[in-house]
Order: sequence, then structure tokens, then C-alpha cells
Amino acid sequence: MTLMAASLFAGPALAQVTFERILNSSKEPQNWLTYSGDYEGRRFSALDQINSGNVKNLAPRWVYQTGALGKFETTPLVVDGVLYGTAQDNRTFALDARTGRPIWQYQYIYPSDVRMCCGRVNRGFAILGDKVFFGTLDAHLVALDAKTGSVVWDVAAVDYRKGYSFTLAPLAVKNMIVVGISGGEYGIRGFVDAYNASTGERKWRFYTTPGPGEPGHETWAGDSWKIGGSAPWITGVYDKETNQLFWTTGNPAPSNRRAQREGDNLYSNCLLALDADTGKLNWHFQYTKHDEHDWDSTQIPVMMELDGRKLVGHANRNGYFYLIDRTSGKLVLSKPFATTTWSDTKDAEGRPVARGDSSPTLEGRKVCPGAAGSTNWMSPTFDLQTRLFYVTAREQCDIFSTAPEVNEEGHAYYGSAYFPASDAEPYWGALRAIDPLTGERKWEFNHVSPSWSGVLSTAGGLVFSGDSEGNFIALDATTGKVLWHFQMGGAVYAAPMAYAVDGKEYVAIAAGSALFVFTLP
Amino acid sequence: MRAGSADGLRGRLRGACALALLLLCCFGIHAQETNPFANDPKAVTVGESQFRANCAFCHGLGARGGGRGPDLTRAQKRHGKTDGDLFRTINDGIPGTAMPQNGTTSQGVGMTTEEIWQVIAYIRSVEKKSESAPGGSAARGEKLFHGAAGCYTCHMINGKGGRLGPELTNVASARSTESILESIRDPSRRLATGLIENTKEFPQEYVTVTVVTLDGRTFKGVTLNEDNFSVQIMDTQQEIHLFEKDKLKSFSKTRESLMPRYDEKALSEQDLRDLLGYLFEVSAK
Repeated sequence: MTLMAASLFAGPALAQVTFERILNSSKEPQNWLTYSGDYEGRRFSALDQINSGNVKNLAPRWVYQTGALGKFETTPLVVDGVLYGTAQDNRTFALDARTGRPIWQYQYIYPSDVRMCCGRVNRGFAILGDKVFFGTLDAHLVALDAKTGSVVWDVAAVDYRKGYSFTLAPLAVKNMIVVGISGGEYGIRGFVDAYNASTGERKWRFYTTPGPGEPGHETWAGDSWKIGGSAPWITGVYDKETNQLFWTTGNPAPSNRRAQREGDNLYSNCLLALDADTGKLNWHFQYTKHDEHDWDSTQIPVMMELDGRKLVGHANRNGYFYLIDRTSGKLVLSKPFATTTWSDTKDAEGRPVARGDSSPTLEGRKVCPGAAGSTNWMSPTFDLQTRLFYVTAREQCDIFSTAPEVNEEGHAYYGSAYFPASDAEPYWGALRAIDPLTGERKWEFNHVSPSWSGVLSTAGGLVFSGDSEGNFIALDATTGKVLWHFQMGGAVYAAPMAYAVDGKEYVAIAAGSALFVFTLP
Repeated sequence: MRAGSADGLRGRLRGACALALLLLCCFGIHAQETNPFANDPKAVTVGESQFRANCAFCHGLGARGGGRGPDLTRAQKRHGKTDGDLFRTINDGIPGTAMPQNGTTSQGVGMTTEEIWQVIAYIRSVEKKSESAPGGSAARGEKLFHGAAGCYTCHMINGKGGRLGPELTNVASARSTESILESIRDPSRRLATGLIENTKEFPQEYVTVTVVTLDGRTFKGVTLNEDNFSVQIMDTQQEIHLFEKDKLKSFSKTRESLMPRYDEKALSEQDLRDLLGYLFEVSAK
């Protein structure tokens, strides 16, 4: 869609964001209404003013400094000229999307004893109606007035002192705000929650480890389901045709220890199909059964239509790209997209099966990928023009070792230790373009070190991503050729997005402690 | 679910969380100077598990150190040896070194006060009660370093020496004896690490690079830093050169260190021990 057409849809500043607007987000590409840009999880922008012919002229337009240290992981939302973002330490802000000047700023004050495995991070807002919603480090869900940043409601999902927290961007669906809990290092029981967006009242909860009498309960030894982790800590997607949420889950706890949790450990490392109205599980697909390597499956499940089939594409932390029929939950394809050594056979369904000698021991065993995985939570993209799937990959092997420990409520319970492989090989990363129908690699761009950046594709024939050395990079979506890059001075731990205001296209990415926004001169 | 971000891994020097430090300080977590778990065998066991998950990545299994962190079984600790000192070191980190604040690495998930004391109980349990100096004659080692062995041509100690290799004043307290010996005998086996950027996962390594410019000049040296598009090198004449990769005829890297291998012909076992003695003496000051 051209910008001229897009600008016709620009509404008055601070208009209401209805469920219908998010459903039809492709009709207003100037806005970015949900974490992945659309309900399908594609992170594709139909804007094409910045394109492969002119991207060489791209230049920074403004920079917003959060003043916070640590990893800055937000994907901002943009609605009708206003940009909404979250930052480290539960800071939040609304900015003039043309200038970066703040309209309001709000910091949620959380207790000092929050238990965070990996930084006091947050990945962004959801927006619905006249409110924006975010999860807190002490496991509250908070609704703010989009015009002022004032708290409208604030509910505690669970007792944070047991190790629970929120880090993901919520998903707004119908009149609900859907969130998945974090805290898989602390002997928690994972869940997906839906809350009434108007009142904050909880509508349903789906526990990712089934209790007694529920299907799947038998896949946990003894009481291990009570502390089995399986945290669904990244934002899911919504299928309007079937009114289902597709949500992915994390690893079983403790991460490297078989002891005490014998079994498949459902619904750890799964793709879940949940009824959006009730939270009832319709079907599941488990990527890694009884995972022992901390390979959360919390990567964005991307809905795509290919050859007339309704599918979900998913590049898993375990190194395999999976294509799943989303009408049935059946596996269509599994193929490595990075170096893997943990599996050399597949089961009857075509799912890779772990080798016996890949299990961690007290002394440690080398396995590829390493604990950080072949990819991680960073968003991939599906380009509606090239029909390719782009993902940030990592090439690293680790020594996986166990660290036996007894669970104590609210204390770390990971049962694992990781070391660099003894041959001290260099680690590196790559941005890879994959044909989702075959799993074949079309091109790759190598990073000198592993990157934690997500990926954006645009109708301008471009793919945008970042690296750990602080570069923001635009590549030709078809060939992988670098067309432009800019040094931002801080590592990227976020995914890019695009928006437009008054007919001008902007591309945004968080790096270091700042949000950088670029336009053509 | 350690991921690298929320959930990430291995950033030894991920941005330190100032707020966390502030809050911890305000709540007087340091008030205690003695370990409530001293000599408690149960705490030692729990502490070992914590150590494996949070500390062993740099300090090695059994706390014997590695290429990244010191051997903690040594009785001497550079940053203070009382229980209170150890607590502060673990909780607050050591500014200017790779030792981060508690909870800011993504390796491990951050420890409670109780867990830190348990780790200290474990460290005490593996500490050598008495130790002879690991090296030989420091005086002879100093002569070798600044003379016949030629170390000084590339390495600096206390402001004297070359710049091509890592500065070594504190190396003996920052790394295990084994890793220092390995770096002398077989420097390519594990390349030394250099520049650390505070939000980057890995420090820069001393990779050897060869650059040919468009006008045909060749430069060989070590990388001071590198990203996808540029490289900053020091050549063997210890001059700095800054290049954009797309403006070069060729750019290649090897993991073969520019430092020669000091085998037993170049450096006898006695020489090696004496050098080590010198490095230990310097780093203890």
C-alpha cells in the first residue's frame, strides 16, 4: 500500500483503538497496533516509501533516551501520530511520533525483591479503546489512560514473591487483555491469563502444567507439575477465523534435570491452540518433549497461508524450523535452520527426537545449539511479498551440566549450569531467509557475534535488523545484500517496527538505552 | 527459560541495574560481616549448586578458575578476603572488571542474600588453607619478562612495555594459573579477550587480522574491535589502523594468535615458574 492511500486512513489524534481496527490492521499501515504489527505475528509493514532504491539515504530523525540501564526490549506501538513504549524498570512513555517529544511518562514502582532471571525488562504495550496495558516485574497487569498515562486499573495476577513476573507485551483481543507469565527459573507453574480490558477482572486462566484429573497430568512425575515452569513468556497471536489464540510455552523446570520430572512434561515447549473466549485448550503441538536444555519454545508463532494451506511457521530455539497445519495442529515440516547435534531421528509424526547422549550430566556434555538456542525470543518476520521467513540465528554450542538443587518457594530452581564448549570456538550469528514451505535457506547475512535483534520486513523490498555491536541494518529482502547501516552505539535487544505520520514513513528500533527513529531526508 | 533478554544468557556485563543496586544498598543488605552459614555442611551443598549455576561460567567448576575469572580456591583474594568482602564482591561486582553485580549477568538468575552466603560457605569449603606461592623467583621472572623472554615488547606491566597484547599487571589475580600457563605455551588455544562493551554479550578477542587496502597495502595485526562493517586494528609495529570493510580489497581473520608459542626450548619449566612468580608478585600489590 502506498503512503498516499495510507494517509487517507489517518484519523484524529488519540482515536479509539477498537478490536476491529486491530483485526484490520493491514488497512492502516501507518499505525502499529499490536506487538508483532498484526494478529498473525508477521511483523510485516505494508509501507513502501522507504524502499530498496532509496534506503541508502535513510537518516536518524530523532532519539528518545530512557535514562535506564539494562536491556531495552520494547516494540513501540504507534496510533495516529502517538508512539507508546515501555522500557527497563517498568518505565513507560507516550511520545509525539514525529519528534520524539514526550506527552507523558510513567514509571510503575515495584518492590525491591522481584525475582528476575534475566534483567528488569519489558517488551511493550497492548492498546485497546482509550487505554494502554503492560505487565509489571511483580506480576501485575496495569491499564493506563492513553491520553495521560494515569493508572486506570492495576491487578495482581499472582504473588510475585514466588518468582512470578511479566516481561511480555500483552495481546488485546475482543474486550480482553491476554498475558503469559514469566519466571520459569523459580519453580513456578506457568499460565496464560485473560482480563476484562474495562475492569481488570480476570476472565480465564489456562495453566500450562495440567493438574490432577486434567489431560496431560500423567506426563509429570509426582508433584513435579506444581513447579514445572513451562512459562508462556512471549506474546501469542490470534486467529479470527477460528477465534483461537496460538501461544507458545517455555521449558519445563528445572531446566537441565531429568530427575523428578520424568515424562513428556506437557504443556512445556508447546504451541497451544486456546479458545479465545474460554481459554480452553483445543489442541497442542509439543516441539521438544521432556526438554533438558532450556530450549523454551517461546518464539513467535507466525500465521501464514501458503499453497492454500493455513499454517503456523516457527523457528524454534532447538534449531529446527517447524511448519504446522493450524487447522489440525499436525506437523507439516521440521528442518534445521542452524547447527544441531541433539537429534538424528524423527518420530512417526516427523518431530525430531533427542539422542540419549544429549542429556546433561554432572560433568557436562557438549550439545549444539547451546543454552541460548539457535534463536530465542527475538521476533522473526514473514514477508508478504517475498513469501520468505526471516529469523535471527545463533551458532554456538555449550557444555550442558546439571546443578542438583531442592526447590524452595521463590528461590531459583534451574538445576542447570552452562559453559562454553572447551574447544573455545568463536560464536557467531546470522540473519537467515528461509523458504517456509521447504525449510531451505535462501540467503544469510553473517553477524560477527550473535545478535538478539528481531526482524522487520516491509513492502519496500526491505528487511531491517540490528546487531550486538549497535548497528541497525537494512537488507534487500530478496538477495540479503546490505543496502544501509547505522551505528547506534548500543547493542540491540529489540525488534524494529515501521509507521507513518502525515505521509512520512518512519522506522524505529530500541538500542542501548534509547529509541532510534529513522526517515528519509 | 533463560533467554537472553528477559531471558537471556551469558551477558557477563549486561547493563548494570542501577536501581537494583540502589534498592539493595538502601535495605542494608551489607550490614552483616560474618557468614551465618559458616561451616554449615548443608549450606555448602546448596552453595555449590548456586555456584555452578551463577559463578562457574567464569570461575570454573570446583571454583578453580578459568580464562575468565580467578581461581577462588586460592587463599589470597585480590578484592578482600573476609566474608564481608566476599559478600560485597559478589553482590556489587567489581567495577572495571568482568565481575558483574549480582543478578545482572544473564548467566544465572541472581541470588538472594541467603544464597550469596551459601556460595561463600561453599568457596570457603574448597579454599586451600595454606599455599606456597605458585611461581618461582619473581626477581628472575621480572628480568625474563623485561629482557630475554621478550614479553615486554608486546605486553605492558605497570605502565612499561608494549601495547600489542593484553596489559598484564593484574592477570595473575584475574585468571587461573592453568590458563596463564596455557596462554604462554599455546596462545592460540584460547585467545585473550580485550575490549568489553557494556551491553554486548562477548568481549572482543585478540583475533589476528590481515587487511589489504584498495591501493594494495597490506596490514597485519590484532583486532582492537570489530563489527559487521568496520574493524579497528593494531599492527605489529603497534600502530592503530581504522578500516571500513567495504572499502578494502580483502579482509581475513585467523584464530592463530600473533603471540609466538613459548615451548620448552623457548622457555624452560624453571623460566615459566619464575615468570609466573613475577606475575603473581605484581598482581598482589
